[in-house]
Amino acid sequence: MRELLEVIAKALVNNPDAVSVNEVAGEDSVLLELKVAPEDMGKVIGKQGRIARAIRTVVRSAWAKDGRRVMIEIMEQS
Amino acid sequence: MKAVEETGRSVEDALEQALAKLGVGVDDVEVEVLEEGSRGFMGILGGRPARVRVVKKENTLDRAQAFLNDVVAVMGIDVKIEGTRTADGVEIDIEGQNVGGLIGRRGQALDAWQYLTNLVANKGVKEPCRVMLDVAGYRARRRVALENLAKRTAQRVKERRRSITLDPMPAAERRIIHLTLQDDPEVETVSEGREPFRRVTVINTKRDSASQPRPRFRQ
Repeated sequence: MRELLEVIAKALVNNPDAVSVNEVAGEDSVLLELKVAPEDMGKVIGKQGRIARAIRTVVRSAWAKDGRRVMIEIMEQS
Repeated sequence: MKAVEETGRSVEDALEQALAKLGVGVDDVEVEVLEEGSRGFMGILGGRPARVRVVKKENTLDRAQAFLNDVVAVMGIDVKIEGTRTADGVEIDIEGQNVGGLIGRRGQALDAWQYLTNLVANKGVKEPCRVMLDVAGYRARRRVALENLAKRTAQRVKERRRSITLDPMPAAERRIIHLTLQDDPEVETVSEGREPFRRVTVINTKRDSASQPRPRFRQ
């Protein structure tokens, strides 16, 4: 799950080296923390969060069989 | 990225050979002239061949396919990705087993993948080229289903002489409903509501029941 988000994010941004994804697995949910360079935030969020929504849709759908709830949080790489 | 160097009697000549080797047209490459070449004196003495370096440009289709290949690799699904160029963009078809995760409920994931693939494939491009994505013929099947739904609904609207509102659909699917019924003089179609809950209403035009809805309860 982590890898899929990473592939998508790296393809969208201008600084793929600054992309990292941290997976926090819980009992019935998985939190994916996506970090990108500050100037790339718009590339993964988009106008009115359209890109972020599309990313959430595809990642959730890819792991729908898993049964756990997938949450994606986007933050700036420090 | 593929690149070749070719020599020829003239620059055009060398370029032609290079294009033939790459199997692409002149619009798909960047050309660098390494050596202009010269005829020499009377075509015999001191003639130098022309030399060109031709680099195949990565186009939208290449980038879209590379992205989707990475995606299916990390998803661990075994598929075949085929791309074709059309008049107004590129079309990519994904065929294989266990592709349901790429389609999602009501094709929502497929629409999202198409959107993301468009962004990735046209990143930094001045004139974006539209990428159409389909998985296991989903869109084609959906089109037939929507056309049938449109015709069935129109039939019911005529019989009952009242409007029928369909379930919410994405824009591309509503378009199919509108197009299917545009030549039917007895019904009219309108989209109402806000995304993502916009829905098509099929209206009976014969008795104009939409503008003057019948009271629900008789008084």
